[in-house]
Amino acid sequence: MSAVTSRRGDIWQRFAVAIPYLWLLIFFLAPFAIILKISVADPIMAQPPFTPAFSDAGGLQISADNYVFLLTDKLYAITYLKSVLMALSATALCLLLGFPIAYGIARAESGTRNILLLLIVLPFWISFLLRVYAWMGLLNNYGVINNLLMWLGITEQPIPMMYTDFAIYIGLVYSYLPFMILPLYATLERMNLDLVEAAQDLGATSSRAFWDITWPLARPGVIAGSLLVFIPATGEYVIPYLLGGPESLLIGRVLFDEFFVNRDWPLAAAVAIVLVVLVVIPIVLLQRYQAKAAEQTA
Amino acid sequence: MTGKDNDKSFIEVRELSKHFGEFVAVDAVNLRIERGELFSILGGSGCGKTTLLRMLAGFETPTSGRIFLDGVDITDQPPYERPVNMMFQSYAVFPHMTVEQNVSYGLQKERMPRNEIASRVGEMLALVKLEDYASRKPDQLSGGQRQRVALARALVKKPKVLLLDEPLAALDRKLREHTQFELMNIQDELGITFVVVTHDQEEAMILSNRIAVMEQGRFEQIGTPKEVYEFPCNRFVADFIGTINTFEGVVQTSGEGEITVASDECGHSLRAYCDTPPRNGSDICLAVRPEKIYISQTEPDNDEDSCLRGVIEDFGYFGNLSLYRIRLETGKVVQVSAQNRRRSTERFLEWDDQVFISWRPRSAVVLEN
Repeated sequence: MSAVTSRRGDIWQRFAVAIPYLWLLIFFLAPFAIILKISVADPIMAQPPFTPAFSDAGGLQISADNYVFLLTDKLYAITYLKSVLMALSATALCLLLGFPIAYGIARAESGTRNILLLLIVLPFWISFLLRVYAWMGLLNNYGVINNLLMWLGITEQPIPMMYTDFAIYIGLVYSYLPFMILPLYATLERMNLDLVEAAQDLGATSSRAFWDITWPLARPGVIAGSLLVFIPATGEYVIPYLLGGPESLLIGRVLFDEFFVNRDWPLAAAVAIVLVVLVVIPIVLLQRYQAKAAEQTA
Repeated sequence: MTGKDNDKSFIEVRELSKHFGEFVAVDAVNLRIERGELFSILGGSGCGKTTLLRMLAGFETPTSGRIFLDGVDITDQPPYERPVNMMFQSYAVFPHMTVEQNVSYGLQKERMPRNEIASRVGEMLALVKLEDYASRKPDQLSGGQRQRVALARALVKKPKVLLLDEPLAALDRKLREHTQFELMNIQDELGITFVVVTHDQEEAMILSNRIAVMEQGRFEQIGTPKEVYEFPCNRFVADFIGTINTFEGVVQTSGEGEITVASDECGHSLRAYCDTPPRNGSDICLAVRPEKIYISQTEPDNDEDSCLRGVIEDFGYFGNLSLYRIRLETGKVVQVSAQNRRRSTERFLEWDDQVFISWRPRSAVVLEN
């Protein structure tokens, strides 16, 4: 009897462990495989609009044409580069703004701390899309900000902000800042304040103690926050589409256009695959570097 | 020592106060600590001892008062400029650095040449017996080892004063005893002045040359461990250090250093000695430590001693000694401890046994109200 229950418990335990793998299999790996398959097909005027992997004769019909096209057409390379650079800059800005905020919250008294954290998360109650639309109203030539500046007499003519890279940065930083603050807060809050005092006691000034102690110990939070900002910012579609100008062609926009406007599913799929690879490679390298660093110190 | 004023103490704290808003953590305290002393500040939680220590380290700015170290006013010096190092209660060992990097950190901030750092760090690690652990990270060390890293790190700069915040609180009993003596040996070897903050009276007694008993931001008594234990100056100190029995009473006759006290609590007159006898008729309190009291089944035939009769209400066997709680005829309960000198499976005394307890008049402490 007990043997039976224990075996049943065993199965449930295994199932519980398997859940994250199942989740990744169904919602990440399977869709990724489908996209990968589409990316090596050719576009045709049909439903679905790409060639099957096996011809009617049964032969395998795949090609790397889409990838070759992506690598040879300068436009795509430039767009990828611009997207990555913009995401990197936005990440750096989020870190620059988010670190002092997270530090302040982590050092606040516990009562205020919870209120501040709530305020950081509060915008999530409103849809992301609506919040980006709200920025359009603020940044417009005759929007709130320009009206205020003109009323104050700081400027005669409205300062063009909408449909510029500046507006995209505003949108990116505004939208993704909480994703930087929360992991940073989590690491800073856990940190023993005695460590900083110990460094000062041993002869470090406050700023030296920050760079010697606080910063290296906050690194896991910095890395987590940066990835959480960088990855979605690289492929961001809504913010550049709504706030950016026609010249700010980013990879998310290209992906959308290839898919919905040109109806070239295979090329769109290839764009997506390259994007994933571009984002995944730095993460893998970073992890390998960290594992190696940990090994060396051990 | 040339040019230094010799009557000046090594550390001198003058009228030092720290207020946190309305709360007075440290209340105009004065303190003199000599060079090479192992000085303890003993008190319960919230008595201000940690605030005082943090002011010595430079982490708290005093509301008023001055701190002098070796004749220099260090009150306004930031922590990183003070020739004072601190061992934190949490040890505060840097988790991202190896043992060696931890210990050398302070010397690097001094911009000491590399080879000199290496030899100093090696010396320190040898002193705390951690030579074999130099390249380990703190999470690969035991609690006792981390404590020794913290100690080495604080000592490597050869500070004038080492501040220790509850140095043994986080260690288990066996390790504590060992570490206590190790700390004393290291202090002896290096001759550095140690200031220890602790809530543990046993720790303070064993470690220190002198103890300051602190309560509500003020010192109740400053003296050697023996002084504060045997000659507590007031009820708080008597009660805080060890256990003590107190008998309230009225002074009946007071002669040349000797007094007789009528105590309703024990239904007897008790005799005691003190240097400055209180006036006749004043309310006082006689305090007697449990180990100063003899317990016997027959009435002792010594009329010098104060002797009371009672029954054993409760007792506890601790191996080396036994603790008895004895109820007097008046209902007052007295604690007595006796060494278990004889080795026997039978008990010497049992519940409800009639016993006599007695002590020498000189064993009682007179505490005026």
